Amino acid sequence: MSLDLTTTADLARALSPELTLTAAGMLALLVTAWRHTSARDLRIVGWVTLAGLAAGAAAVWWLWSQGARAAGPPSMIAVDAFRFVTDALFLAAAGLTVLASFDYLEREALLVPEYYVLLLFATLGMMLMAGGEDLMVIFLGLELMSVAVYVLAGFDRRRARSAEAALKYFLLGAFASGFLLYGIALVYGATGTTNLGLIGGQVGTTLKPSAMLLAGLALLIVGFGFKIAAVPFHMWAPDVYDGAPTPVTAFMATGVKAAAFAALFRVMYQAFAAVPAWHDILWWLAVVTMIGGNLFALGQRSLKRMLAYSSVAHAGYLLVAVTAGGVAGTSAFLVYIIAYTLMSLGAFAVLGAKGRAGESDVTIDDLSGLAARRPWLAFALAICMLSLLGFPGTAGFIGKWYVLIAATSTGQNALAAILVLTSVVSAGYYLPVIMAMYMKPEPIEAAHVDVCLDRWGRAAVAVVVVGLLLFGVWPNRLFDLAKAGGDSVHAVGAPTAVPTLTGGLGQHGP
Amino acid sequence: MALPPLTLLWVVPALPLAGFVVNGALALVAPGAKRAVSLVGVGVLVLAFAAAALAVLELAQLHPSAPLVVGYWDWLPVGDLQVAFALQLDQLSAVMILVVTGVGALIHVFSAGYMHDDPGYARYFAYLNLFVFFMLTLVLGASFPVMFVGWEGVGLCSYLLIGFWFTEQINADAGKKAFIVNRIGDFGFLVAMLLIFWYTGSLDFGTVFPKAATTFGAGGPVITAITLFLFLGCTGKSAQIPLYIWLPDAMQGPTPVSALIHAATMVTAGVYLVVRCGALFALSPVGSATVAGVGALTALFAATIALKQWDIKRVLAYSTVSQLGYMFLGVGTGAYAAGIFHLTTHAFFKALLFLGSGSVIHAMHRAYHATHAHEDAQDMRNMGGLARYMPWTATLMWIATLAIAGIPPLAGFFSKDEILGAAFAQGAGRPVWYVFWGMGLAAALLTAFYMTRLMLYTFHGRNRTGDREREQLHEAPPLMTAPLVVLGILTVLGGALNIPPLFGGGARLAHWLAPVTAAALAPTAEASPATEWALVAAAVLVAALGIVGAFRLLKPETLAPARLAPPERGLGRLLWKKWYVDELYDAILVRPVLWLSREVLWKVVDMRLVDGLLVNGTAAASRALGWVGSRLQTGEVGVYVVLFVVGVLAVVGAVVR
Amino acid sequence: MLLGPALAVSGVLFAVGVLGVLLRRNAIVIFMCVELMLNAANLAFVAFAQQLGVAGQIFVFFVMAVAAAEAAVGLAIILAVYRHRRTVDLQNINLLKG
Repeated sequence: MSLDLTTTADLARALSPELTLTAAGMLALLVTAWRHTSARDLRIVGWVTLAGLAAGAAAVWWLWSQGARAAGPPSMIAVDAFRFVTDALFLAAAGLTVLASFDYLEREALLVPEYYVLLLFATLGMMLMAGGEDLMVIFLGLELMSVAVYVLAGFDRRRARSAEAALKYFLLGAFASGFLLYGIALVYGATGTTNLGLIGGQVGTTLKPSAMLLAGLALLIVGFGFKIAAVPFHMWAPDVYDGAPTPVTAFMATGVKAAAFAALFRVMYQAFAAVPAWHDILWWLAVVTMIGGNLFALGQRSLKRMLAYSSVAHAGYLLVAVTAGGVAGTSAFLVYIIAYTLMSLGAFAVLGAKGRAGESDVTIDDLSGLAARRPWLAFALAICMLSLLGFPGTAGFIGKWYVLIAATSTGQNALAAILVLTSVVSAGYYLPVIMAMYMKPEPIEAAHVDVCLDRWGRAAVAVVVVGLLLFGVWPNRLFDLAKAGGDSVHAVGAPTAVPTLTGGLGQHGP
Repeated sequence: MALPPLTLLWVVPALPLAGFVVNGALALVAPGAKRAVSLVGVGVLVLAFAAAALAVLELAQLHPSAPLVVGYWDWLPVGDLQVAFALQLDQLSAVMILVVTGVGALIHVFSAGYMHDDPGYARYFAYLNLFVFFMLTLVLGASFPVMFVGWEGVGLCSYLLIGFWFTEQINADAGKKAFIVNRIGDFGFLVAMLLIFWYTGSLDFGTVFPKAATTFGAGGPVITAITLFLFLGCTGKSAQIPLYIWLPDAMQGPTPVSALIHAATMVTAGVYLVVRCGALFALSPVGSATVAGVGALTALFAATIALKQWDIKRVLAYSTVSQLGYMFLGVGTGAYAAGIFHLTTHAFFKALLFLGSGSVIHAMHRAYHATHAHEDAQDMRNMGGLARYMPWTATLMWIATLAIAGIPPLAGFFSKDEILGAAFAQGAGRPVWYVFWGMGLAAALLTAFYMTRLMLYTFHGRNRTGDREREQLHEAPPLMTAPLVVLGILTVLGGALNIPPLFGGGARLAHWLAPVTAAALAPTAEASPATEWALVAAAVLVAALGIVGAFRLLKPETLAPARLAPPERGLGRLLWKKWYVDELYDAILVRPVLWLSREVLWKVVDMRLVDGLLVNGTAAASRALGWVGSRLQTGEVGVYVVLFVVGVLAVVGAVVR
Repeated sequence: MLLGPALAVSGVLFAVGVLGVLLRRNAIVIFMCVELMLNAANLAFVAFAQQLGVAGQIFVFFVMAVAAAEAAVGLAIILAVYRHRRTVDLQNINLLKG
């Protein structure tokens, strides 16, 4: 199906997932206006949200199965497999988060149905980020997502820690957005366009990129680096992940990070493929992020903060895939991000079952003897930990394997070696979790009696565990998806005429 | 018979996996169903052994010169090339699967008796089945990644089983140590794997090995690096210097686990890897010499530590480390068949020794349990004279002792002799091998000595268990002694597998393995029959000397029970404290890392650098600008902003330059 | 409006915003400094738009809408923190650390 995005009908088709989600968000908001007091109301809105996500997924599936392609002049929204894969990922992450939230919200007496509405709009923002083929669309998507997640982080506003997390996230996030926006402005000034394809065409024909363009590129990397929590822009992540309600943390660590990575990936490969400078920057970011994230995680006793630092470390692994690039790198990137989303969501969901009042006080030792009392829960968490560790037979291994192969086959041997070394270090903080659960007795009798998930939470965790094991043993389907998605992101070759600066600071070529 | 060859090979690993699933489910649902658990746990192993035997018979009929590869599904697409999830059977993996399933089945039977009263019975068998599955994957895998799955998996199971009795903190610590040391080894394996992929573009054994000679050339730096990284992996898994430290601590696990994982199968994975990658090691003289040298050194070093241990299982643990050293000496010398031969015979007699010690500990434990005494059931100073109460165990363990000491015609004699002979012959070309041979011979002397010491203190002399406890000492039930008898027979007859031409034998194992070792281009060196006879004589003499020496020097009569024993002094103390290696590791490796993490990274970087330098630095700058700030703390947005801006400046500076 | 001077003002405005975030400790003041950064970007967009067409001017409206949304959410969050701590001074808001 070829879509001419200059016509309204085709544009609506191309945007059908986003439009569906918007409609679902509005509907959920309307329901909330009338029903916003009891736990039952909360469930109703939750189911409306799930239905909306499912409808969005159906729209994505429809576009995908039709083989939708954009025709005509470069437009603001991409219609390619990369967008579909990432959209499906965001929708799945949001759906699993909703499932894990049902019980949590009621238990913590957070009877505010707007939670789900915000989740929907945040997901919409993510989809715009990953699908945007224009820096402004990406910026708007990022802000839509961020504003919703700022509120979600502080959702448990009766707790000082949650409010503080929201404040920190908001101030630093807005600060980072400022850099991102200024970067967009500079890139716009240097190339005369904000369309990724057109920028790519411009950059491709210019022998030496202007200083303005490079500065803009650097600020873009900073802006995305913040959202993906790359060292040294990661400082907010442990605090915010720690303070936010655990399902929200799960959503932030997976959806938000994946969306920022998807946008970073698209911007780098579609607009700046011809500028070698960013490779070095991402190389260094990958190195310090892998080392920093893993080392800081080692010192943690709190499970939630450990997982937060671990998500920083995984951002480093993903950066390796982005740096490697090529056919191998793009598919490795998608495989890893899917695997990471699953295992991280699972780990946080189980943590949400164990903890009370924000979970920040759950230390690794508090899990002692969980395997005896709650064997399935312990098994699920153990699988998630092994997968995060990159143990063979789990999706985490497959992901890491592809990243390693991608790095090796593009000659980034040093990155591959650092990845292997740092993931060896990571055993030092993932294994104690398994050890505590399986090799230590319960600290007091019946310490874990009230640790349990409701049936929806269980369903979410089960999906995660099955997914991790299935993709670990039989990753072909996953890889086919990733390959299709990876192949569709490429720099637009032919330059199109765009207005350029004629005086002042413009220094670029013809 | 329309089936292609080895259609049913997948059944061999699938059976233990099914056992794991069933027992795992039982452990969750009905942990008390011991009969069902033993039936499944032991049954799958027996069936797996039968399946393995059928597969090997099929292989023997074909006797192909290349491995038979059976691909199942495309597993890891790598660029244009697919790494299939494929298993392969060749003469080498045939030996390995027979050992793993055969000895494994015996140990499972023994476990059914040994663990019978344990509340975690189902969990135990689930782990044990899972271990066998991973071990079979390791030896049957047709590519490095598939092998790596098994490699990691056996490590995980070993870790879970060491910490099986987790109520004691020391066990959990031992499990953790095992896993972390193994991760260092895994690092080596992974790096080697990536290097191989980078240079050959493939990871299938069938592609990499034929290409190796042309791709790398002999003795180049790349092949040396690859072999050394591979060997780093081996030192972790097979407990060689410097990564051997985890194995003695691993003895905290149940004794059958020590027999299966930490003596007979998993720890030999490193030896298997070297033989499997013989085509690579043959290209690197430095790599091979390192393997042989580290093996010889470990053989000697571990044997000295074993001399002075009091814990019966620790003696056997160090003995295992030492014997693994022999195997590496053999394979590093290029005598691959000899190494595998020793691996096989060692699996027989070391499993016998461990199960025998398990039987002893079982009896001691029950005796102490009956009288509610809290003595150490594994300390040899509490034993003595047990031959009277446990005649079967004592006799069988004596057979194994003579075998490990190298007394003809028991199994250990032939295999050990072959390794030493190969090392000596190699010395003609490269004199350093004479040193290795000398170390091996010295280790043989010590082996004979410490094993006799173990037997004397455990089974002979006056009984030191205690007066009331003595009445409770009994031979183990038949379920436990039966596997011992089978292993005893194998220990006696195992040597027949590969009787060298010198004694009129056909060296059948060497011929069987010829298709595998031929690909490895093993540098062969032959000694004259006269020299060989002299070597045999020297080896037997040394073994006899060790045994007789132990009888003459040791006085089991004068030994006091553990609670009354005086502390050791001088050299004895040094040996008893294992050369203080653990303390050394603790001081130079473990503590610095923890220290680095806590003191440097946490206290200095986190608290001082970020908290102190950055925060106070900012505050100073702020004061200079007229803004009065107080002391800031981590968790404070200002610090984060400072770091953020530093990052921005670095990124912008680097891009624009 | 000349491009060079306009961009210079925009750059100075941006730098003032960054320095303000760096140096001030009051959450509301920091937020205003962030707004300053966004407005610096707006100024740059408008300046570029003179030569590059109307798109840059349209972006400014998007950014203003985004800034308004951020202000609404941000002030609410600051208020929520104020309820707990009776202060919006970031020096004192450090429950989450380590």
